[in-house]
Amino acid sequence: MSRPGQPRFMRLGETGRTPITLTVDGETIEALEGDSLLVAILTARGRLRRSEFGPEARSGFCLMAACQDCWVWTADGHRLRACDTPARAGLSLVTEQPDLSWPNRA
Amino acid sequence: MAEPRLIIVGAGPAGIRAAEQLVAAGLRPVLLDEGQRDGGQIYRRQPEGFTRTPEQLYGTEAARAVALHESFEQLKPQIDYRPRHLAWNVADGVVHTISAGKPGQFAYDALIIAAGATDRLLPVKGWQHAGVYSLGGAQIALKAQACAIGRKVVFMGTGPLLQLVALQYHKAGAEVVALLDTSPFHRQVMALPKLAARPDMLLKGLRIVAGLMASGMAIHRGVTPVEIHGEAEAGVTGASVRLASGEIRRFDCDAVGLGYHLRPEAQLADLARCAFTFDAGTRQFWPEIDADGRSSVPGVYLAGDGVRTQGADGAEISGALAACAALEDLGRPVPEARRAEFRARARIMERFREGIAEAYPWPAHLAADLPDEAILCRCEGITVGELRDAANAKGADEVNRAKALTRVGMGRCQGRYCGHAGAEIVAAATGVPLEAVGRLRGQAPVKPLPVAAGEVEP
Repeated sequence: MSRPGQPRFMRLGETGRTPITLTVDGETIEALEGDSLLVAILTARGRLRRSEFGPEARSGFCLMAACQDCWVWTADGHRLRACDTPARAGLSLVTEQPDLSWPNRA
Repeated sequence: MAEPRLIIVGAGPAGIRAAEQLVAAGLRPVLLDEGQRDGGQIYRRQPEGFTRTPEQLYGTEAARAVALHESFEQLKPQIDYRPRHLAWNVADGVVHTISAGKPGQFAYDALIIAAGATDRLLPVKGWQHAGVYSLGGAQIALKAQACAIGRKVVFMGTGPLLQLVALQYHKAGAEVVALLDTSPFHRQVMALPKLAARPDMLLKGLRIVAGLMASGMAIHRGVTPVEIHGEAEAGVTGASVRLASGEIRRFDCDAVGLGYHLRPEAQLADLARCAFTFDAGTRQFWPEIDADGRSSVPGVYLAGDGVRTQGADGAEISGALAACAALEDLGRPVPEARRAEFRARARIMERFREGIAEAYPWPAHLAADLPDEAILCRCEGITVGELRDAANAKGADEVNRAKALTRVGMGRCQGRYCGHAGAEIVAAATGVPLEAVGRLRGQAPVKPLPVAAGEVEP
């Protein structure tokens, strides 16, 4: 897997909140209590996931639960929409769907 | 007479004011909302632990936002409020929901749908790159999370939100490289008589423009978007437009906020079998309503930006009117004097809405002119050329047929962000009028559900 890049989002305030840590693709990232998962990830990295249909990285689009561009997964395969899921301390996420398999492919 | 079963979908300005009218009539509606907290998108609340003041969050609309939030706090014990409930289908008098993986069903005698709006998008070559966000998304990053979408941001598109978000970013300390508006300035001048229907809003708009002029950011009107430059890994690196002078200019940036005003989230109305009609002014289909928000289906009422893009003030009024209509149809007393006042204000809101639509028109020709290689469906990487081919070579001159052949409108967003542009592309390619090309039919579930969602316990 390629490196996830420089942080994409820039915090402009509200930085006095309690720091928390979570794990993304095995890497520990620091976030703040009250962050959405999307903000927690994008203030640490440049992308949320890779497109399944093209070469490009993806980092969400609408932030209002409409476009579904920001899906990430818990280690046990539970899908989360990063823009409207609050970040919780100790959460462990992966940015590729675990055990992804297509039944119609050999 | 048994207590009527009243359901409101959406806890934004329209839904809350609808609930208020129903509670005042002695009823206890169910209020279903997908969000964690009330307020909708425009008066969205920041999470616990954030400390910005309402003035910092909502600017000139702070008093209205606070008033709405306070009304909701008073209503809360008197309604059946269900946050984090996605209403994903309406069928046979029942709203189907899912909350934390658990399905639910809510039968109704009257249903008020106030589902709000999402950004209306028009693709530009390169819009699939990481770092491109809808304008509404860019605003939510700031309002709900105190973040900018990048270090050097370009805002592109048209509509009132374009200018508002650019100024909000500037004031919050973000670097706004450029504001690139597809609407020429003379369109705003021509719309002044209608915009003057709301002198207070017109003045606020002029102050926003003055603030932008004083900010020092580059402002260009009447532009044609050419490309959002980017790399597969790094995402956005720049944005190019053709200026009104004809010169192509590139702006280096690492993020783009993109949007062309708003479109109603009308899928639930569609599933409830409400009739739709084509609006030539905005070049889109929307549900038919009477002056009070009655749809073509008895017992189904539509309010707020989910039916007409009038903004938050118009949404509050239309929510109240829809509730009055429901009360009347249920044979309950209606506050007639208040209703007359609401109706008078609703006419002003509608005139102003038309003014905004004329001042910041949907630039249909930009969709028709997109290059074949541009990605139209950013969910699944389907190009404009693939849709044109289906329209021309395969005879798909109707959008649902074209969707079946190309999957445009079938991806994660279910056509929310490519649907309008796709229809324009098919219309331009085939010569069939947009009205006849049609609209993507709403499909249940209106948003993807987890596969594990089970059946309802009897």
